[in-house]
Amino acid sequence: MCLAIPAEVIDLLPDEMARVSLDGIVKTISVGLLDEVAVGDYVVVHVGHALARIDEAEARRTLALIAEMGQMAAEAAR
Amino acid sequence: MSPRDAKPRLDLSGRVEMTHGAGGRAMAQLIEAIFKPALANDFLAQGNDQAVMPLPGPGRLAMSTDGYVVSPLFFPGGDIGSLAIHGTINDVALSGAVPLYLSVSVIIEEGFPLADLARIADSMGAASRAAGVPVVTGDTKVVERGKADGVFISTAGLGLVPPGLDLSGDRARPGDRVILSGSIGDHGIAILSSRENLEFETAILSDSAALHGLIAAMVAAAGPHLKLMRDPTRGGLAATLNEIANQSGVGIVIEEAAIPVKPQVAAACELLGIDPLTVANEGKLIAVVDPAGAEALLAAMRAHPLGREAALIGTIGEDDQHFVQMRTAFGGGRIVDWLAGEQLPRIC
Amino acid sequence: MKHVEEYRDGALAQGLAAAIRAEADPARSYRLMEFCGGHTHAIARYGLEDLLPPPVRLIHGPGCPVCVLPVGRIDAAIRLAARPGITLCTYGDLMRLPGSNRDSLLKAKAAGADIRMVYSTLDAVAIAAREPEREVVFFAIGFETTTPPTAVAIREAEQNGLTNFSIFCNHVLTPAAIRAIVTGAEAARDGVAIDGFIGPAHVSTVIGSEAYRFCADEFAKPVAIAGFEPLDVLQAVLMLVRQINQGRHEIETQYIRAVTPTGNRKAQALVATMFEPRPSFEWRGLGALPDSGLRLRPAFARFDAETRFEVETVPAPDHPGCACGTILRGAKRPEQCKLFGTICTPDSPVGACMVSSEGACAAQWSYGRFRRPAAERVSA
Repeated sequence: MCLAIPAEVIDLLPDEMARVSLDGIVKTISVGLLDEVAVGDYVVVHVGHALARIDEAEARRTLALIAEMGQMAAEAAR
Repeated sequence: MSPRDAKPRLDLSGRVEMTHGAGGRAMAQLIEAIFKPALANDFLAQGNDQAVMPLPGPGRLAMSTDGYVVSPLFFPGGDIGSLAIHGTINDVALSGAVPLYLSVSVIIEEGFPLADLARIADSMGAASRAAGVPVVTGDTKVVERGKADGVFISTAGLGLVPPGLDLSGDRARPGDRVILSGSIGDHGIAILSSRENLEFETAILSDSAALHGLIAAMVAAAGPHLKLMRDPTRGGLAATLNEIANQSGVGIVIEEAAIPVKPQVAAACELLGIDPLTVANEGKLIAVVDPAGAEALLAAMRAHPLGREAALIGTIGEDDQHFVQMRTAFGGGRIVDWLAGEQLPRIC
Repeated sequence: MKHVEEYRDGALAQGLAAAIRAEADPARSYRLMEFCGGHTHAIARYGLEDLLPPPVRLIHGPGCPVCVLPVGRIDAAIRLAARPGITLCTYGDLMRLPGSNRDSLLKAKAAGADIRMVYSTLDAVAIAAREPEREVVFFAIGFETTTPPTAVAIREAEQNGLTNFSIFCNHVLTPAAIRAIVTGAEAARDGVAIDGFIGPAHVSTVIGSEAYRFCADEFAKPVAIAGFEPLDVLQAVLMLVRQINQGRHEIETQYIRAVTPTGNRKAQALVATMFEPRPSFEWRGLGALPDSGLRLRPAFARFDAETRFEVETVPAPDHPGCACGTILRGAKRPEQCKLFGTICTPDSPVGACMVSSEGACAAQWSYGRFRRPAAERVSA
């Protein structure tokens, strides 16, 4: 459930609102559920609200780990 | 100077009233001031209840009609007026016909701003002139407030299919190639972006366009090899491919990676939870061609401004169940089904 | 699309699939329930089951809020919308949801009810502000992910002094359902044993990974909280295979880029000020579950449509042939329901699992029909 998609905060607006961009699609959403949102943050957007922040470092680590897991399997198969 | 300036003036700051449809002077004024100058041509100028046109040559007649009800009436990249011209030209031309004449019927809701009506009429005229397909006869009606949504337009078109050409939805055979003329989803996303309660900012414009020029180039390059053409309008590519599979009694396998989708369209679809394959197009077509003609057809399409991104997206196969299947860019396979119900933004 | 496309890489998926095949022990079974419809959708859309070896079986859980909403609540919403003066605002997903007698909000709208689709809760508040003569009711559904946006809407309505905005609250709680599935599966005759859970993605960003601690501590079930992209799901499967192989039962987080142990405290606090658990709430397919649903606290009664309009929920039976209930418990596959693809299709859904594209039945219908049943594939 819970269709949500990461988008980049490009502009902070009054009343805990912000403009976020997803590959050039710009939507005004509420960031009232997060503390200290900054321009450049990637946030998880659900029904017009930012629910969580994406941790860039963790994202990079996850992708590296996925690549590594696959590589190990490939090497083991050889 | 716009064509209207030469004609009797109507105060365009006003609104359409019931009298504008009552057959009296107000109606004549509306037609004289708005529609005649916008759509002017010799056939329309005959001023009769019908237009009488010459038969242009040998071949078979193609005819099509379509109703246009779009909300909002004005959207990024077009409006209901240009859409009503393009859509019917395309429906006629997809038979391989050269589109010749159009008719227009406009149903207007009482209270509709006259300036908007003039804008729509001008847009129809501009689209018709650019396409070289005149509106030869027309009609207007006014209905009470609440009985329509601003403006409804119905257009019909006549065209001539040259001798020797036989395109039909039941002619796809296993081994035939499926070619798409360009990126999908632009029109639907442009419409959704401007719809109330959904607004998002995007540079995506509707792809609304008259395709008969592209089609003429395709017929010239691969005429005898062409099996059928369709435009993936409502229901998108998914619906059109399923129609072809059912009508021809075949299966279709397409490659996700080969289907052009603009990044912004893909992003909007992610945001709204919809599938670009089910989003409407108004300036794209699908052609099914036998393998021998595929290369020449693709080359001709890519040489035309409206087919620059043309791509071979799939192959017709045998399938008793007439499934459309897609090999995903991810490496899996799935069915491409008709859109179920209305296209709704979803939360889950 | 950043943080999206990276997790849809086919080559990396093949690597993960190879690792799963190498590590899954052919002699044992790995029955993994993906709780969320988001996972079900990703599994179907990307054909992930084709990549998994026979011992790994994915069981589609009840984590689609549209699917678990019982018929009685839909009927109540339809009755509410039909009242003069009321404007019902709803997410698009709910429009075609079948109530009793195959009625739906879409049909009620066609019959003249003022029902409007919104993308965000704040759109509903805006309608209330714009049309003070209408009583605007927001049809609030969803898990912990969707509850905070409802709370923000109520706060907004309160701050703007709106007296014509209320919600019909159907928010439900994920851990209660997972608990019911585990205990039910252990006890019920038709239940399936589950060896591990692929845990919710976005629910977990709000409630945090520690919310599932009971799965490991009380029931010795491993959990891997996963994102909704295909590589996320595959990595979580590998994490669960490893836990099961090693006899571990821990709460692990694959979706670590967005999920923390404690979740979104600000959202939790806002929800806690306004909502309290209901003693019991009915889930389609799971029945009445204790402490599994939320209602507004008495202090917020003026925003509660159930109080304001005396909404009555009459429990209504599901279609007698519909197997949604057993499918939601993981005891049947969609294609084992006799209505599947006959009278129940996405165009004309009978059961809730056929409505949302995240429902197990709709996902199977839309994406997986051409596939042979797993049993046949295994023996082939």
